[in-house]
Amino acid sequence: MKTAIIDYGTGNLRSVENALKRLNAGYVITSDASVIRSAGRVILPGVGEASTAMEKLCETGLDKLIPSLTQPVLGICIGMQLMCEYSEEGDTRCLGIFRTAVRRLGGDSRDKRQDMGTTGGTGLKIPEMGWNSIRCVSPESGKQHGKMGDRRMRSPLFDGIPDESHVYYVHSFAPDICADTIAITEYGRPFSAALGRGNFFGTQFHPEKSGSIGQRLLANFLES
Amino acid sequence: MLAKRIIPCLDIKDGVTVKGINFEGLRNVGDPVELAARYAAEGADELVCLDISATIEGRKTFATLVERIAEVIDIPFTVGGGIASVEDAGRLLLAGADKVSVNSAAVRRPELIDEIASRYGSQFIVAAIDAKRMGGKWVVTTHSGSRPTDRELFSWAGETVDRGAGEILFTSMDNDGTGSGYPCETYAALSEMLPVPVIASGGAGSVEDIAEVLTSGHADAALAASIFHYGRIGIGELKAALAAKGIPIRTMTDNTIKSRYHDSI
Repeated sequence: MKTAIIDYGTGNLRSVENALKRLNAGYVITSDASVIRSAGRVILPGVGEASTAMEKLCETGLDKLIPSLTQPVLGICIGMQLMCEYSEEGDTRCLGIFRTAVRRLGGDSRDKRQDMGTTGGTGLKIPEMGWNSIRCVSPESGKQHGKMGDRRMRSPLFDGIPDESHVYYVHSFAPDICADTIAITEYGRPFSAALGRGNFFGTQFHPEKSGSIGQRLLANFLES
Repeated sequence: MLAKRIIPCLDIKDGVTVKGINFEGLRNVGDPVELAARYAAEGADELVCLDISATIEGRKTFATLVERIAEVIDIPFTVGGGIASVEDAGRLLLAGADKVSVNSAAVRRPELIDEIASRYGSQFIVAAIDAKRMGGKWVVTTHSGSRPTDRELFSWAGETVDRGAGEILFTSMDNDGTGSGYPCETYAALSEMLPVPVIASGGAGSVEDIAEVLTSGHADAALAASIFHYGRIGIGELKAALAAKGIPIRTMTDNTIKSRYHDSI
């Protein structure tokens, strides 16, 4: 069965599309509720600003549809943020699938700029842009796996992906750590690199741009 | 920890990869799609493609090429050269670019940066700045370094960020293509002044040059062309050497995993 890539008018779906092509996975780009409901898997991509993206979901009724889906669903970047309870970006009430809030990295950009002038460039650059490492944690406990960690507790999304693997980020906001956190990255503070709850998954990074690690994660999702 | 990025750059003229010394004396160095795929597989953290065609035909060839490259690489892809309008940027986004870089056109009409940033976001726009030392200061140049402007590097870099540029790609025209190293003090000052990542470009001749600009030069990424095209050093080899110096790098061990899904089909 095909994977539905949800098109809700927020921009570029090309990179997700190319990633699925490279995996020889069947897909359809759609905003049609019946196509989404009957798809084998669903990907909610996204670039842009949270409140605008959320408005677009509401306009088309996707805000009701997405939480009711029962097949595996993967949110990427803004797509994942919209699946949380709330985002500081545009003071946005979101879908409430993952039990956490999305907050800005670092401080206000203007403050940051002044701050960097006095700290000799040790301040955080926002957005975080580039490759950062992930560590898997057990859902519910939020505890980090040891080297001999119980593999059964690792999310299947990260099957075959070692801790400290690098993944590609472009973001200014990120979800707090919570009971649904399945992987953590640190940038200024630790945040949820990935979330998982039931059939819902999300990554703050871009698996479609994360080389072979990202490809493996997408393959894991397509097999889930 | 956020890794320092190694970015190979392909200068494309009429559909083929070229590279010159100080932007002149161009040589054909290979098929762009093949090179792009090879660099991505070797561990490049990002790919930049710059269109240096002077003709309309060349530009069309380039757009098709962007599409073909985007299909084969699974790393971020920045595209530049001749982008003078939001429409130009939009076309490249649709072709599969993750970011666009603007240069001469933004010097001529700085509002271009505001327009692209407000339409597609700051993460989508890189301000590429070429500058050379003249009379004790860094003068911004356009048209591949051939035309000095009345702008100065630091004030122009600050202005591009204020207008919405999400990254700065600074090329020293004194060093580009010469393998003579980077002006590290200038990079450090630029990086400390700006709240966005700074990419160092032009002048890499050795692992030491790149290590230096990523450490004492505080650059977030290093972009290079000749050093990779002419096989002076492989990307994997370079990244291993940088990692051995304690520089945070996405190492090749990340790239050794085979996809189960891929194997099963």
